[in-house]
Amino acid sequence: MFEHYLSLSLKAIFVENMALAFFLGMCSFLAVSKKVETAVGLGLAVTFVLVITVPLNQAIYVGLLAPGALSWLHADLATVDLSFLNFLTFIGTIAAMVQIVEMILDKYAPGLYGALGVFLPLIAVNCAILGASLFMVERNYSLLESAVYGFGSGIGWLMAIAALAAIRQKLRFHNIPAPLRGLGITFIITGLMAIAFMAFAGIQL
Amino acid sequence: MLRRFLDKHAPAFAPGGRFARLYPLYEALDTFLYTPGQVTTGAAHVRDQVNMKRLMMTVVLGLTPAMFMAMFNTGYQANLALAAGFRANGSWQYALTTALGVGFDPQNMFANFVHGAAYYLPLFLLTFLVGGFWETLFASVRKHEINEGFLITGMLFPLLLPPNIPLWQAALGISFGVVVGKEIFGGVGYNILNPALTARVFLFFAYPGQISGNACWVAVDGYSSATPLAAAAEHGAGALTGNPQLWWDAFYGWLPGSMGETSALALGLGGVLLLVTGVASARIIFSITLGTIAMSLLLNAVGSETNAMMALPFWWHMVIGGWALGTIFMATDPVSAPYSDRGKLIYGLAIGVLVVLVRALNPAYPEGMMLSILLMNVFAPLIDHYVVQAHTKKRMARHGR
Repeated sequence: MFEHYLSLSLKAIFVENMALAFFLGMCSFLAVSKKVETAVGLGLAVTFVLVITVPLNQAIYVGLLAPGALSWLHADLATVDLSFLNFLTFIGTIAAMVQIVEMILDKYAPGLYGALGVFLPLIAVNCAILGASLFMVERNYSLLESAVYGFGSGIGWLMAIAALAAIRQKLRFHNIPAPLRGLGITFIITGLMAIAFMAFAGIQL
Repeated sequence: MLRRFLDKHAPAFAPGGRFARLYPLYEALDTFLYTPGQVTTGAAHVRDQVNMKRLMMTVVLGLTPAMFMAMFNTGYQANLALAAGFRANGSWQYALTTALGVGFDPQNMFANFVHGAAYYLPLFLLTFLVGGFWETLFASVRKHEINEGFLITGMLFPLLLPPNIPLWQAALGISFGVVVGKEIFGGVGYNILNPALTARVFLFFAYPGQISGNACWVAVDGYSSATPLAAAAEHGAGALTGNPQLWWDAFYGWLPGSMGETSALALGLGGVLLLVTGVASARIIFSITLGTIAMSLLLNAVGSETNAMMALPFWWHMVIGGWALGTIFMATDPVSAPYSDRGKLIYGLAIGVLVVLVRALNPAYPEGMMLSILLMNVFAPLIDHYVVQAHTKKRMARHGR
């Protein structure tokens, strides 16, 4: 049993890396990768939110939205299929969770709150997080599985953004052609990183 | 006389001259032939016999045995297949060898050498031509010097290719490697990934049909021969370990594979030179070896009913595939590896572990060396960052207030 969860998380970290295999969460991946410290901070925040929202969305999906999920209310509702509300509900959950996390951090960990600053609300619109919830639906994860999956995807994204930030930090001293400076070269690096991450593509765990 | 010729034409390349745009080309030829007379005028003086040029030439020297081995073995494998009754593929390389009239006898060393050279040399020249073109273009537009660094990329790249690769693909590969892998990051010394590896991996993913599989390793038509790694992945490690003679073949390099990667012996000779002169980092080579041994021992201990690759012992991992070439010449690239000593150890260990992991656990690729090195190149700056941070913290705790 433990092995199953281990391989699930390793798969989410390396084989199906959110940033470099699916190219999800690109906006913050490109925008907040100028310094390693902030990149790691954002990565941790993303991981944290993923670990909470994916299982939460799983519970909501199984309990309310999936085809026939409402049959626990009334036998007549067994035919109702609310899964067209997936996107709306998931986004709502994520936004609400991010708000709550923000308030809790503000109250109990003002240091971290200050360090994360504007990136925390930004997470609400990070597609890696919505993506993880949608993959969860597609793959029929259980509650525990989705928590592990959320953790794995978050760590994978954290690794990718930290590596990119370290490269960009080094790049500041490079003699890059003027038209490519900034985002241009970052896109190219992301592509090259994705090629390197293809080392894991195809691993069956 | 040469000096006089160069001096005579110097004004044409000076600013305002007729070929002012081609100055980097002139400068490259000049410094390649003669030691430049200028000395450092800035504040930082390093008194050392080693400069960029000497460093690079040592690597070139270290690669030479592998290069000759590449030519010899390519011809040897092809001639063996011909002797076994397979018909020639009608390529112009074959026609050229026929025209030279040395025959195709696998027992004749010279014949093997010529046949192999007919495959290796065109790729080698093409690499330098196309790569050199990009190098010159960037150098003259961006006004930096053409650097010896390209020599290494240009020498390594053909060694990574299978002999049957179409020439246009090789040209495309080296263009990608030089332009995207190096020049847009600012040229020599600024690349994030190893340019030769970038080129090879680009081809690997863009044209998997021609650069992997069984048909490309021997330059004879219809003759498909698996590299030892592919054989092990297909038939289980027993296909290799059952035959002790095969290990020596793999060590000497008498097996099909990418042209330069087969002979651990020839690469090892170059490796000794690099280690003695201190050009290659002993830390990296040592820690890759350690990582490979540790991980394969672990996988041997775990074992698996279904995956025979897990039973492959480490001394096999070290002679087959691109292990030797990657460990000695690719991973030690001083630019794309971490700079800090402790970082190098972590980097090497991770490469060693990853190679065995990818070889054993990833059914998609039998070989993992180039992808593991590329992956760790991506993480090298991050490793450096944290090594420096940890060091700073330690010093602060000791001396800070």
